Amino acid sequence: MGLLAQAETGRVADLLDQSGPRPEFQWLRRPETGSVMVQGRAGGTGAPFNLGEMTVTRCALTLDCGTIGHAYIQGRTKADAEAAALVDALMQTDQAADIQTSVLDPLHAEADQRRAARAARAAATKVDFFTLVRGED
Amino acid sequence: MYVAVKGGERAIDNAHAWLAEERRGDTDVPELSIAQIREQLALSVNRVMAEGSLYDPDLAALAIKQSRGDLIEAIFLIRAYRTTLPRFGTSRPVATAHMACDRRISATFKDLPGGQILGPTFDYTHRLLDFKLAAEGDAPPPAPQKGDAAPADVPHVTGFLNQEGLIEEAPADDTPPPDLTREPLELPAERALRLQALARGDEGFVLSMAYSTQRGYARNHAFVGELRIGAVAVEMDIPELGFAVEIGEITLTECETVNQFTGSKTQPPQFTRGYGLVFGQTERKAISMALVDRALRWEELGEDYTGAPAQDAEFVLYHADNIQATGFLEHIKLPHYVDFQSELELVRKLRRDVQDRADAAAAQHPEAAE
Repeated sequence: MGLLAQAETGRVADLLDQSGPRPEFQWLRRPETGSVMVQGRAGGTGAPFNLGEMTVTRCALTLDCGTIGHAYIQGRTKADAEAAALVDALMQTDQAADIQTSVLDPLHAEADQRRAARAARAAATKVDFFTLVRGED
Repeated sequence: MYVAVKGGERAIDNAHAWLAEERRGDTDVPELSIAQIREQLALSVNRVMAEGSLYDPDLAALAIKQSRGDLIEAIFLIRAYRTTLPRFGTSRPVATAHMACDRRISATFKDLPGGQILGPTFDYTHRLLDFKLAAEGDAPPPAPQKGDAAPADVPHVTGFLNQEGLIEEAPADDTPPPDLTREPLELPAERALRLQALARGDEGFVLSMAYSTQRGYARNHAFVGELRIGAVAVEMDIPELGFAVEIGEITLTECETVNQFTGSKTQPPQFTRGYGLVFGQTERKAISMALVDRALRWEELGEDYTGAPAQDAEFVLYHADNIQATGFLEHIKLPHYVDFQSELELVRKLRRDVQDRADAAAAQHPEAAE
């Protein structure tokens, strides 16, 4: 679900539609946008505090076979929440292997690539500071 | 006192129409898109998210466009929007130890595990205007890359000092923190509440408070033990699932300061800490927050209250919020006709009384008046 939550706008829906026609479903909870309070910890490890909120869109649906899919995704794109919930539901059916290869694997690869690209740029800015010996010492 | 006034609807509509026209500016110049603001004015977007206290880059970019670049007005728009959102829940505290660092520097150790990573910084630039940016040109060449290994966790600097017992620890604790957005700020404010207020406080105000500690008002000798900027995953327990899932990823700036030590008869001297954590790439704010956090901890650390503004929680916390401040400040330009009318009456009456007394005195002692 983490991959679905972090995917770029429209990406999950695109991959899902490329994998085949969408199954019929009923809404259990239509997509709604709200917020989640994000917490940090004092000193990075200590007592929690409320840092601020982020926008989140959630929904829940049930396929005709009765399988329930949930989505909680960052941002406000309702179509993405719907696609994410469908993927979540399909992953619990006999189509799981197909969805894994056609939706989740590409998302995983793209996320890894994005992360690696930033990490590689960061690594290129890694420095060694030299403390110079001062003349008068 | 407020009284309702009627009228002026047409003038207000016309003023807003003119505002929209001025916002757009010269139509021969292409219009800014939300994506352009989000991508190319990212640090403004970050500030609006941090002080608006809502992480959503597209909304912050929209607010900046709507406010014509007035960031406090943009923060106001975000705060107002935030209040319309239902709250789904609270995340687990973010694990900054697992941050994918774009930047990570320490001013206290030059050789440290994980290394000094400069990241996309203004540091070491010459602060000379770059006229190449004024000419529309091609995109800059891609930044050099090094290695293709998966990013590894970068350990916190304070962890090294902890191993030797040289710095106070921040033991994990799961006390639910108070929430400023649910309960009004009350004093004495515990540290969790202070950190929330500082994280959403005005950058300029928090910066000035921090600077005052450096200049000697509650000096606490801060070193930037560590400054890190990068992405962290946000996890939340989902009740209908019964377990926690990642619901997104946000960029944060975290600053840990290492400050002058305290010690007592029972405790050997050790360094103390200040903490800053802010949405987005916002390092000036995060460093400022850490310094002010440390100054406000004087009581728990057994330091003297020197009367410095940065030690005064009431002063800092009640004046850090730029939306509260601007609301109260700007309301004085709204109609106060009745208030002012009564003041006017009062001044006239006082003047009349003074004049009457002077006239009466002059009538009694005609020679004194000459």
